[in-house]
Amino acid sequence: MEQTTLGSHLQIKKTAKRYGDKQVLQEVELEGKPGEFIAIVGRSGCGKSTLLRLVAGLEKASEGGIHIDGEEIRFIHPDTRVLFQDARLLPWKSVLENVRVGVKDGDIRKAEKALEQVGLSSRASEWPGVLSGGQRQRVALARALAGNPKLLLLDEPLGALDALTRIEMQQLIEQLWTEQRFTALLVTHDVAEAVQLADRVILIEQGKIAFDVKITLSRPREHNSDFAYFEKLILDRILIKEKAKSPSGNIGKNDNYTI
Amino acid sequence: MKFTDSRIFQIALGFLVPILLLGAWQYASVTGYAAPNLLPPLTRIYGTFTDLLASGELGEHLWITLYRVFAGFVAGLAVALVLGILNGYFRFFRYLLDPMLQALRNIPSMAWVPLFILWLGIYETSKITLIAIGVFFPVYLNLLTGIISVDRKLIEVGWVHGYRGFRLIWHFFLPATLPSLVGGMRSGLSMGWMFVVAAEIMGASKGLGFLMTDGQTTGRPAIIMTSLILFAIFGKLTDMVMVWLGSKLLYWQTDLVTGKQQSA
Repeated sequence: MEQTTLGSHLQIKKTAKRYGDKQVLQEVELEGKPGEFIAIVGRSGCGKSTLLRLVAGLEKASEGGIHIDGEEIRFIHPDTRVLFQDARLLPWKSVLENVRVGVKDGDIRKAEKALEQVGLSSRASEWPGVLSGGQRQRVALARALAGNPKLLLLDEPLGALDALTRIEMQQLIEQLWTEQRFTALLVTHDVAEAVQLADRVILIEQGKIAFDVKITLSRPREHNSDFAYFEKLILDRILIKEKAKSPSGNIGKNDNYTI
Repeated sequence: MKFTDSRIFQIALGFLVPILLLGAWQYASVTGYAAPNLLPPLTRIYGTFTDLLASGELGEHLWITLYRVFAGFVAGLAVALVLGILNGYFRFFRYLLDPMLQALRNIPSMAWVPLFILWLGIYETSKITLIAIGVFFPVYLNLLTGIISVDRKLIEVGWVHGYRGFRLIWHFFLPATLPSLVGGMRSGLSMGWMFVVAAEIMGASKGLGFLMTDGQTTGRPAIIMTSLILFAIFGKLTDMVMVWLGSKLLYWQTDLVTGKQQSA
């Protein structure tokens, strides 16, 4: 991957998404500078994954639109890649061939190089089925990065992994992002993960951006008191509504509380 | 590895019950428990078989039946591929054609025979068409269902990586659909064997199905049983060929089960 790859300039302009009568997102306004790492947090069903799918071009906005480098996207932008929560490797292709899916000109050496970056060269000829969950997600990451994306969208990519693998993956993602300087948009329900990786953390609540905080910690980030400060700041903000609601008898509604 | 896990043991086990049944059969007919004009002894069936084989008659019957099944299978498969792909990928064609095909599917095989004989004559064309119809439906239905139910999540992977049109079909839809197609081809083949009997019983002067009706009209159960056994053997053999072909087409599944690695 060339050092020169520059991130996309992402603009989400007054974007709304409805499914029938259900308003999932409203008036979302967000700008991502080239090379910026933005994390979107929020409770289950707040619309954060929908926002990511809109940016990916997998869904159409009901109002407003997504602009990448100044141009409104109609379908999937050729320089945008998505890392899904489930690795979604093709069972009929070997590990290396799966990575090659992401190489624009199909050059096998680029696939080999991408696989090397995630440390899985030795498993190149195996079937995805024999890999562990963390390894599969690394292959998916290699596949996403093999196309030199300018914008990488990460849809809770570490949600299904165990705690140790998750830390390893976070380090890997941060390292590759530092090297390649693509713009990154990470959707997660894990506030610590957001603080660990992102330049900015955005909270979405009931389809709206409720909170936008810059994480001013230097990298690589240590779990020290500054880190805890940001983590608490965001968590407290998420929990405010919770506390306000509970006495009024809405407790039953909030039992799927996952943060 | 335990002996009971070995392939030879598993194959041998599959032969056990048929051999016991054959033994009981031979015993019953030789000792007179069963009337020999209804259940002829195995030895007589073997005699009939070798006689028919020696005269070259059997080879002729067998050959024409195999030819019909094969030709009908290829024709039915070809049409099913075209319509399955068309109706699977393009909703317009699915809404246009699928309801009619689903209705035609409910016509029993035998019901086609008079019409086909009227339209296509009593020779090969009508028989092969009938078999092709039998093969067509399972292949078509499996392929259609396979295409429609391809995991959308994998197709999204294709989109995200810039795959469109033919490249999307080749790299994503086709391999994802192949397991259902192979399953459909297997049931299609067994339908082919069913329909060849229908075709040959209704009107033929050659073929295993004809041999069977000939045995019935001339009161020779040994001939009926010879053809029954041949149907069983060749039905099974062709099915094995199909399974083998399927495992070649679905190599990634086979390799996964046996734990082999793909040679890079």
